[in-house]
Formats: sequence, C-alpha cells, structure tokens
Amino acid sequence: MLLIPCPWCGPRDETEFVYGEAAVNRPSDPNSLSNQEWTEHLYFRENPKGEHTERWFHRAGCHRWFSVRRNTVTHVISAAWPPGQEPKP
Amino acid sequence: MTGQDAGTTNRQVWRTESAGHGIDRSQPISFGFNQFRLEGYQGDTVASALLANGVRLVGRSFKYHRPRGIFGIGSEEPNALLQIGSGARREPNTRATVQELHQDLVAGSQNHWPSLKFDLGAMVGLAGALFPAGFYYKTFIANPKRWLWYEKHIRRMAGLGEPPADTDPDDYAHANAHCDLLIAGGGPAGLAAALAAGAAGARVILADENPALGGQLLLAPQRVGGIAGHAWVEQAREQLAALPNVRLMTRTTVAGVYDHGLFTMVERCADHQSEPDPHQPRQRFWRVRARKAVFATGAIERPIAFANNDRPGVMLLSAVRGYLERFGVLAGRTAVLFANNDSVYAASRELVAAGLRIEAIVDTRPGLSEAAAAAKADGLYVLSGHGVTAARGLREVHGADVAPIDADGRTRGAAKTLPCDLIAVSGGWNPAVHLHAQSRGRMAFREDLAAFVPDANGAPYASAGAANGAYDLAACLAEGFAVGAAAANALGLDAPPPAIPAAVGDPVGAAPALWSVQAPKGARCFVDFQNDVTTKDIGLAHRENYVSVEHLKRYTTLGMGTDQGKTSNVAGLALMAAKRGEAIPAVGTTTFRPPYTPFTFNAMVGGQTGEIGHPIRRTAAHDWHVANGGVLTDAAGWSRPMYYATEGLTPQQRIDEEVLAVRNAVGVVDVSTLGKLDIQGPDAAKFLDRVYTNRFSNLKVGRGRYGVMLREDGRVYDDGVTMRLADDHFHMTTTTNHSSSVFQHLEYLLQVVWPDLRVFVTPVTEQWFAAAISGPNARALLADLAPEVDVSNAALPMMGMAEGRVAGVPARIFRLSFSGEIAYEINVDADYGLALWNGILTAGGPHGLKAYGTEAMGTLRIEKGHFTHAEADGRITMDDLGLTGMVSAAKEFIGRRSLGLPDLVAPGRKQLVGFIAAEGERIPVGAQIAALDDLDAVQDALGHTTSQAYSATLGRHIALGLMKNGRAMHGRKVFALSPVLGQRAAVEVVPPCFFDPEGGRQRG
Repeated sequence: MLLIPCPWCGPRDETEFVYGEAAVNRPSDPNSLSNQEWTEHLYFRENPKGEHTERWFHRAGCHRWFSVRRNTVTHVISAAWPPGQEPKP
Repeated sequence: MTGQDAGTTNRQVWRTESAGHGIDRSQPISFGFNQFRLEGYQGDTVASALLANGVRLVGRSFKYHRPRGIFGIGSEEPNALLQIGSGARREPNTRATVQELHQDLVAGSQNHWPSLKFDLGAMVGLAGALFPAGFYYKTFIANPKRWLWYEKHIRRMAGLGEPPADTDPDDYAHANAHCDLLIAGGGPAGLAAALAAGAAGARVILADENPALGGQLLLAPQRVGGIAGHAWVEQAREQLAALPNVRLMTRTTVAGVYDHGLFTMVERCADHQSEPDPHQPRQRFWRVRARKAVFATGAIERPIAFANNDRPGVMLLSAVRGYLERFGVLAGRTAVLFANNDSVYAASRELVAAGLRIEAIVDTRPGLSEAAAAAKADGLYVLSGHGVTAARGLREVHGADVAPIDADGRTRGAAKTLPCDLIAVSGGWNPAVHLHAQSRGRMAFREDLAAFVPDANGAPYASAGAANGAYDLAACLAEGFAVGAAAANALGLDAPPPAIPAAVGDPVGAAPALWSVQAPKGARCFVDFQNDVTTKDIGLAHRENYVSVEHLKRYTTLGMGTDQGKTSNVAGLALMAAKRGEAIPAVGTTTFRPPYTPFTFNAMVGGQTGEIGHPIRRTAAHDWHVANGGVLTDAAGWSRPMYYATEGLTPQQRIDEEVLAVRNAVGVVDVSTLGKLDIQGPDAAKFLDRVYTNRFSNLKVGRGRYGVMLREDGRVYDDGVTMRLADDHFHMTTTTNHSSSVFQHLEYLLQVVWPDLRVFVTPVTEQWFAAAISGPNARALLADLAPEVDVSNAALPMMGMAEGRVAGVPARIFRLSFSGEIAYEINVDADYGLALWNGILTAGGPHGLKAYGTEAMGTLRIEKGHFTHAEADGRITMDDLGLTGMVSAAKEFIGRRSLGLPDLVAPGRKQLVGFIAAEGERIPVGAQIAALDDLDAVQDALGHTTSQAYSATLGRHIALGLMKNGRAMHGRKVFALSPVLGQRAAVEVVPPCFFDPEGGRQRG
C-alpha cells in the first residue's frame, strides 16, 4: 500500500486516491495529428520497468490531480508535483 | 500410553516437580479434550497441558489420516491442529502450541471418523500409492468427469476441521499506528534493539506473537547479565514499559510487510479467554507505518526425516526442552535424542536432571565434538556417525531404529532397535527470514549453518539475532543493540552507547546439511507433515520434471497449509537440489508471501461487516419508500425502490400499474440519485462546449439542454440535461453510475488540460433531493403544488425551468422528460426532500398519482428508446445510437478527433434498434439476435439485446439492442435466443422509440 505525497495535503494512504494513468499530455491541436499519431496518443503506452510518471487524483482529499514519479520495480516515489510544475531533473 | 486410555483420572502425570517458570501452579485450569476432562495450569498452552496429561495422539493427518502428535512448541507447529471452542465460537485448525489454556476451554481433534483412535480414513494411508504427488492432476485432467464421483468422498476425507456453526458473536477491530521503529520479535535481539532505540528516544513498537516477551530465553536455561534469562527478560520488559515512547505488544504477530513502510499486525486480544471482555474485540488488525524496522524473528528448528518420523512422540528437540523449561512438562519417559549439532548435549543435561531417561544420543557427525565427549564422560550413550532410520510404533513411538550412516544419510550397517517413547530431533536451525523476504530482501546461503540468511545488501530493513543467523546468545544481544542504535541514529536521534550484558547461552555451533536418513524400502519419511509430503513425493516430482521449487510446491503441496512449510520448506528444496545435483542456493526458495502465520478473515474485515462493510446511500424519501412496500435495489451504492409491492399483485402486475399511471394519469419517482454538478465561472459555457458534443454557449439562461459527452476515443461516455441558471452558472446532471467519474473527468480537464479556464465544478448530488412527476396530469398537479409558479406551456415549456415554492419548499423546477410524458423534475434542498415528497403524494390523490420505482422508470425509457449504459457500453458511438445530429461540426470537443478514425466510420457497425416480440412471446434476458429459430444451431449473432421489459403500454414484450447495420434492418423478423437460459422469442426489428416517436406528448 503506497504512501502518496500529495503536493497539497502531504503523505496520505493510497486508499484516498484514484489512479489516473500515465502522465501523457493531451496534444494541443489533435487535428494536426495523423490518424496514426492520434491513435498512438490514445492507446499506446510505455510499460517501463523502473521510473514511471503517472497521475493521481486525491479523491478523498483535496480533489486535486497531480503527477507522481514512481519506480515500478521498487515502488519508491521520488517526486510529486502539481500540473505543469514538473521539477527539473 | 495415550491420553485416550488415560481418561479422566489422569493427573498431569508428565508434569515435573520443579521447572516451569511460565506456569502458575496455584491456578489449576480445567479443560476438555474430546470426551475427556483434563487439568492444566494458568500459563499453559493447550499443547503443554495435553503433554502434561500424557496425551500424545492429537489428530489425524490431512491426506493419509495417520496418527499425529505435538511436534513443535510455537507457530511453526505442523501437526497439532485442533478445533477450539464450540458453536458460533468454534475455530478449526488452531495450533495447540499457540492456543493458551483458559478455564473450560473445549478442544477437539480433527480429521478423523468415526474416532481419533480408530479412523477409517487411515485405510487410505494403508492403501499406499492411492494418493501420490500430483494425484489430483493425474486423475482429473485425464477424465474430468471422475471428479463428480470422487468429490464428495475426497471432501469428507480431506480438509481439516469444521467451520463454526453460526455467525461469529465477537467484535473485531482495525487500528492504525505510526512509529519510528517497528521491531518484530521480542526475544533477546528484539529486546536489545528496543532498549537501544528506546533509550535514544525513538518511538518504538515491539511486537511478539507469544503471550510473553523473551523468545528463546524462555525456552532453555540461559544466563544474561548474571541472572536467569527469563529474569533478565522481565527486567528488560520493566525498563521498556517505563519508557513512554515504547509500546510493547504481545500476542501480536507482524504478519505482512508492504510498500512504503506499511506493516500489518494481528493482535489476539481475547483468544486466551473464553470470550472477550465487554466492549473489547477478540482480535485487532493493525496497519503500522514505520520509518524503520528490525526483524528479530528468531530461527525455527528443523527436523531430519526418517521412516515414520511423523509418529506421535517424534518431536523437535527445542520443543522438548521448551516444554520442560517453561511449562515443567517432560514430553516422554525414555528418549532417543537425534541431532547433527551440539545443542543436543546441553539439552541432554537438563532433561536427565528432570528425570528423563536418555537411551542414546544419536549424533550424525562422525567423531566426537567437545560437548559430545563431555556427555560421554558423564555416562551418556553417544552414538556418533549414526542416524535414526525409523521410528517404531503406530499411535505413538515405542522404539527407534538406529544405524551407522554416512554424511549423506545413507545407512552403512545394520540397524538396532532402541526402546523409547520419545525421539527428539534437531537438524539445525533455519532463520525466520519471512519478513525480510517479504520486504524484497535477498537471501544468502550460509554453508556452515546449511541455512538461508538475510542478505543485508540492498535490504530495506535490518535483521538481527537468530533471524540473521546469529544463534549464539551473546551475538544475538550484540546484534540487537547494534541495529537498535543504528536505526535511532539513522532517524537523527542520538543513541547512547549500549551496555551489552554478558551472556551465557548454548553453543549451537555448525550444523552440517543433513535432511533425511535413508529409509527402509517402502517406508515413508515425511518432509511436510501437514500436507503429508514424503521424500518419495519429492523424488517423484523430480522424475516427472517438476524441478523448479515453485512447481515442486504446487505439484506436491509441500509448504502449503497453515504452517506454510516452516519446518519443511528448506528440507524440501534441499532434497530437490540433491536430486538435481545442484547446490541449494542454485535451487532457491519459493516466494515468501504474507501473512507470516494465518489469521482470521474476521480480523481482516474488522468492524466492516453488514451495512458498515457496504455503506448504503439513502435519499431523503428512503423511509417512505420502505414504509410503502418499496422493494429495494442497489444502484451505484444508492438504495432505490424497484417497485412498490402491493398485496394481491405480482411484481409485474404492480410495475404495469405504475407504468400505466404515468401514461394515463401521473406518477412520481425519486430521482435524487442522479449525479449533479454545480458549474460556475466566466468560462463555464466555453468549458461545456468542450466537453459535450453539442453547443451550450448559445443556451439561454433559464433553459436546459440534453448533452452527451464522449471519451477521448470517440465512444459515448455519459449523458444528461444541463440547465443554465445564469450566464456563468450551470446545473449539470450525470447518470447515477458515473456521477463520481464525470466529476473526476471534468476536474482533470480543468486542472491538467485547460488550466487557463476559469471554472469551478462542485459535486452537489447529496445536497439536492429531486422528484420527477410525469404524466398527462403532471401540469395540473404542479399547479396545485406550486400556486405561485406559472406552469403554463408558454411560461414553462419543455426544457424550461422555474423557481418557486413547491409544496411550500423553495425549489428549482426543471421541465424535462425521461418517460415521454409531460414531466417536471423538482429539486429542493435535501433536508426538505421528505417534506416535498409527502407534499406531492398528498396533493397527487385527486390526479391519480402513483409513486413508481426504477423498474417502471426503466420500462418507460425503453418504450421511448432512451439509451443508458446498458446500450452505451463503452464501444458505442453517437452514430451507433442514431444521434449524429447532436454532434456539432463547428466546434472542438473531447472525442471529436476520434470520430473520423477508420474503425468508427467502418460499415457494419452495430446500431441501436428496438425489438418487439410476437404476441405472447417473452424476450429472454441477454439474448443474442439470430436469423434461425434454433437454440442449438451454430449461427452468427446479428446483434444482442441490452435492455428488455414487458410494455404494459403496448401489451408486448419489447427490448432495446444493438444490431449490425440495425437501422437498415427495421421490419426484419429475427429471433432473440438465449442458449444459456434455453429461451427464445420471435421478434421484429423496429426503430428504438416504440411510443410517441414524434414526442408530442412530452411537449403538450
């Protein structure tokens, strides 16, 4: 059971959150993409062994979406940040 | 002698005069075992009390029904599984070695019929090869139908114990805790770690599964700091109890290790009592978040396998010692001690002093160790380079066959029989690495101990003491103090240098790898007692190529069951390694999973049973629904009436009445469960344009519009009516099912995708109560209810809204229709919901009002061809539903880009249609649509039904469904088939709207 560091509420139990999905950004102009590119945006996801950036929603808390960088092997969470505020590596 | 012969006259004949610091001889306790009344002392376990009474035979084995006795002394016990308690409190498969004795405890043996002493199932064992490894696979894969015949016989013979007869009367609790350091195990290493970290000010939880702290210090005479081990334990306990930052928890097992410092523990608060104290739980399930942890879980002694080594009277040497030291019980009269290490010599001195006659000490090692020579000099009969090849006796041991053996356990000479009633065996020790392994720590194999120990490299938590392979008492204490201080220092505390007390313990020394002694032909040498797995089964698994340890476990069931192989796993994989001709570490271990020892579902569930386990959402009119015959169903967690039962009417008749009331007069339905979102902000209209396929920015204030939202992949996601309350203020409704996920979706878009939009979304589902009145008389009823409101068609047209008092309650009135009749959805503050509801019911009488439930509501909407999630199942597009006209071509919205993807415009997609059954025919639930009226024919499905109902309006059974090219199929005669139900109906394909397709009634 993960302990997720909500950028607004601090570390809280996983049960308070809803998992979104991989932190993929919506293309600003979907119409400029080919069918192939759009389909890849919709359906194709990396399945990394290691560092993974994903979005969580603090459903039983502040109702905020945020990003989390989690290692899929060790589950170590190295960073969490509000939308658009990704920390510099 | 067996306990069964002893009867009620038995008076603890095996209790010694002295020894037994764990019992209170001034407090005798009377308890029952099978038909016998026995006596023990306060402080006994059921196992120690049974042994004190000379009871050896306590159960029958799982597969072969062989007689079994007490083998160990703690949670590692594979054999002595009893039923404890009776009636609703009966608990099967309880280890006698763990269960504490209390007044009038009732214990019973398991898995025998008709009696423990004479068991017919044992014939299975005599029949020999009937149940080899892989029996089930081999028998039932070849011919699965055999299972039908075998099942009831196997089910009676296999399986352990009986479940309780009634609902558990006790309470179970959940609790959470946080600490700096969690220490699992309160033996010498755990106590030392707690002393070190506690002195540094760390918040420490020390948990031990036993009723008393001390671990191994309680089970053999040792000395710490110049005093007896158990006395030092008491001193340490008092010291720790005085620290406010240390919490000591006994009868508490650390069961599981999870991510981010989460540990689960089970505290047995009242298992040592006949029932819990008032207002106390029987067990408490703990979730602990710890910043650091120390595993001081000790080591488990392992046996050496020999023929018939499962006979009652064959026990672990450490258990025999422990029963004497802690409980003052000698587990036999005449013993053969069988070991591969020096612990046997210290034990022999204690046992002889207590009056045990030692027939021989059989030491597998060639030559004499120093300790062996000393024992020999004391006059003990030491046979070095020998092994016990077989136990003699059936229901208990009465002899041991002893022969010279080589280092691999092969016999090198003739055996002789030594008379004895106890064979105490020690094959060395295995560190209890379970928690370390659960935390994804790696294992290292130590050749000198022939055991897996935790590999500290990369391990998230420290192990200390015997759990870390440090068997020597002084080393245990030193490691404990060291890891405790290190944990405190790592937390930024300042641990004072520890004062490590001097210790005198047993020299355990090295234990060479020896797992089994060569057995006489045809004899069984058990590796896993609980699952009746023998050395031969492991050989068979190897011959049949189940050579990985994970396969070995599943094929033979080695290491399964309530003990999870605590005394058998390492031996099993070592024997497999030998068969494979590989080193033990190359073979590896099976995966260690939580829990360390089994615990009850009750503890896991805690207080979350019944309604608390599944909280029910109720609308403000819930009590009215129940009082008026509402038959309830669950809808997205809400309790809703399906229909209102009326005496003398079948459910269908009653639903028909409700439907016809709406079509012919007026009905009222509680629609509070619909999701409601309050949307405000200068960009609210722009936002809605982006989430719905149709436009909302041009909607007039005071009017509503039906909207559909798509997922990004172009499939229909949710729908509902949104009213515009002001330029920058909307009231959105969602389906009941998706109210939560739509909110989440909108927040995602606002926070992540379009953070520039100035919009706030607030979920207000619970803040509003809503009742819909619909039917030809709805307007007249509303006029009566809301005299201040102009309800004329001109003032309040379809998709219009009004505000004013309804039944005296301030309300928002939305004119929208799900039923196809004139209808108004009246929304009031949820606190006034019941007042509104009652007001409507009171005023409705003269208008022919009836309340209706979800069944009638569903029938009405099927008649009108409105889709729900039954139709829009996540694959369906707007075009499939015939709603292309609602898709704006002039604006961007979520999902628009996908509408042109090849799959979404491909010909031959399934489209929404209606099906109307031939006169008198009934459309089966979940039917497939087919061309041939044949339930058995192999034919393509043309489509399927999604919702069906009897339409009292039309006098026919009707359905909605999805059908390939459905819109081109109107008028076709096809068949709705359910091969699963064996039902069929002839149906005609029709447009999805069955009733008033022009919609004149709802606008009227």
